[in-house]
Amino acid sequence: MKPLKSLKYVFAVFLAASMVLAGCSNDKNEGTESSGGSKGGTTKLVFWTFNELHQKFFEKMADNWNKAHADQQIQLEATTFPYEDTHSKLLVALQSGTGAPDLADIEISKIGNFLKGEPQLVPLNDIVEPEIGNLVKSRLDNYAKDGKYYGIDYHVGAEVIYYNKEILDQAGVNPDDIRTWDDFEKAGKQVLEKTGKPMTTLETTDQWSYWPLVAQHGSDFLDKDGNVTMNDAVNVEVLTYLQNLVKEKVAVVAPGGGHHAEEYYGFMNQGGAAAVWMPMWYMGRFTDYMPDLKGKIIIRPTPVFKEGDMRSSGMGGTGTVITNQSKNQELAKKFLEYAKISKEGNIEIWRDLGFDPIRTDVWGDAAMKESNKFTDYFGTQIFEDLLKLKDEIAPVNIKERTPAASDVVKTKVVFSIFNDLKDVKTVLDDAVKSIP
Amino acid sequence: MKEGPKQAGAAKQLFYSQRVAPYVFVLPFILSFLIFFAYPVVSTILMSFQEVLPGQTRFIGFDNYERLWNDSFFTALKNNTRYTIWTLLILIPLPLVLAVFLNSKAMRWSGFFRSALFIPTLTSVVVAGTIFRLIFGQTDLAVMNMLRHAFGFETINWLADSTTGMFVLVVLATWRYAGINLIYFLSGLQTIPQDLYESAEIDGANRWNRFWRITVPLLKPVTIYVITISIYGGYAMFTESYMLWSGNHSPNDIGLTMLGYIYRSGIEKNELGFGSSIGLTLLAIMLVINIIQLKFFGLFKKEED
Repeated sequence: MKPLKSLKYVFAVFLAASMVLAGCSNDKNEGTESSGGSKGGTTKLVFWTFNELHQKFFEKMADNWNKAHADQQIQLEATTFPYEDTHSKLLVALQSGTGAPDLADIEISKIGNFLKGEPQLVPLNDIVEPEIGNLVKSRLDNYAKDGKYYGIDYHVGAEVIYYNKEILDQAGVNPDDIRTWDDFEKAGKQVLEKTGKPMTTLETTDQWSYWPLVAQHGSDFLDKDGNVTMNDAVNVEVLTYLQNLVKEKVAVVAPGGGHHAEEYYGFMNQGGAAAVWMPMWYMGRFTDYMPDLKGKIIIRPTPVFKEGDMRSSGMGGTGTVITNQSKNQELAKKFLEYAKISKEGNIEIWRDLGFDPIRTDVWGDAAMKESNKFTDYFGTQIFEDLLKLKDEIAPVNIKERTPAASDVVKTKVVFSIFNDLKDVKTVLDDAVKSIP
Repeated sequence: MKEGPKQAGAAKQLFYSQRVAPYVFVLPFILSFLIFFAYPVVSTILMSFQEVLPGQTRFIGFDNYERLWNDSFFTALKNNTRYTIWTLLILIPLPLVLAVFLNSKAMRWSGFFRSALFIPTLTSVVVAGTIFRLIFGQTDLAVMNMLRHAFGFETINWLADSTTGMFVLVVLATWRYAGINLIYFLSGLQTIPQDLYESAEIDGANRWNRFWRITVPLLKPVTIYVITISIYGGYAMFTESYMLWSGNHSPNDIGLTMLGYIYRSGIEKNELGFGSSIGLTLLAIMLVINIIQLKFFGLFKKEED
């Protein structure tokens, strides 16, 4: 009886211990995300992103790379996570020193979090510097710290305005006559009167209706030294103007809260509003989610508040980085150079993703006039128009406080001002106070 | 070679030793406690006085705690407090009354109702939250908006306003947790001896008096337990809000909770030190509230009578 009993205890202890250990062994499997070994001459590279289109692009570039480099085969293991999760997961992996991928996408409003302290990313100066003359420098500076470049962007993100020509024609408005925001407001009233439709939509949970206008009017959320300027006169002027559009019903708050909501795509696709200003990369959303507007959308420079303001700005962006946990940093760098800095890579970025690539010397390239789904949708003169704006693309200041500033804009500022119609100055003052 | 059997004997003695055995048996617990609980707690306390950055971690005194005095923190605290108060007001009386009904012999289909009320507890919060988000959607076709139309009201955006947003959270909590509280109360009811009711009935007590003077006082230990875990659950709420607003960012922070704020600061903004200080403050708040509550209900009083 007795030995049997103690056997039972031993068994119980063993069980309990194995349960405790089970927690650890799981970790081991997940811990080795950035893979080391090269199997039969093929090197595995792990890539995390939050955009399925980016994943497809990198998979295609890996195929192209393998065709051109028989001696250095890459097996790309790309995964798409939700937006917040990609960044949180990567931050935790970098902070704890284990579990990070080789390559990862970091969105522009999150990069500040990754540059705090000693960046756990690999400086990319040796692949950037030889080509720096051909690249839009402000797009590189967004991902730089102390003279080191840590990320390569996909695009310039030039801000433009998309008009629904059908609605404008019904209202008798000529889009080329809209040069200032006052013209825009007047045209908006005409559209509302003739068609009963709002001129445009404003985001209440994201920053794209607000930020570009501020940048083009000569200010920003932060200044060059990273100080918060969100409650200065320019910010107040822009938001007061936009709030007034809502009050006049010329603008409505975007269904679903933003220009990336399912509800919004449906609303616009049925001709819900006559115009929306978004960066160039928004073209892909038209072609993929608003098919009924094909041939009806025209692209123009955004209006200005006063003569001399810039007519576009570099908005949004996603930098691809290499983590210092990668065991194949040199190969990862070469591959990244091939995919996003080389001329052919930049042409592929246009062909596949419909983004305005960061290499300005390809903008005039014959390849950019080839027909693809974007030229079919918007017409063939997209890059000719963009070249005219080349020197009018206002930069934004991306600093350590950008994540905090962007966060308060997305959760509080635009919602209080466009949805709750609260006093602009008060909201902005409170917002500034909340940024540490 | 010749020491072999002796050693084996010693090992055997050690193995069967009555003095060592208890320590061996508690070792797994002690180890898991030290590794997975004590160590994180201590390092949280340490981190709350630090700025935690890769390669540049340094002590910054009480800076993290001073930063707590901001709007987001108070919004989160207010949201959790409102949520906790509402869940206490609904999730204590309602399951109690339901349990009394289900425990009554006159109740038909009692087993069916018990399981029907308990099933929501078994569903995943993620699934429940997603479904509630669709039910309380902002379009004309969302179920609750169609219900409003039936009564002649117009469509509203449930999750864009602090009051209706809180309403949705409380409805979700009621649907999901009523069942588990019901089980607690049911098991409490079954420990009350039947003869108390019989003698009360002989003395002429009516149903209400029997409920109010026998059931409620005798259920006190269970009630205190349910209140305590409800307060804890209310302040620890995170997933419900995260699912309803599909992420940690609700407009105007109407769905921000304390845990959401810890997650936002510590994980999303890479300020682990600040996140730790919020966590410890939350711990302090919960301790104070629960100690007051337990004192108020007399749990610490010795049972003299």
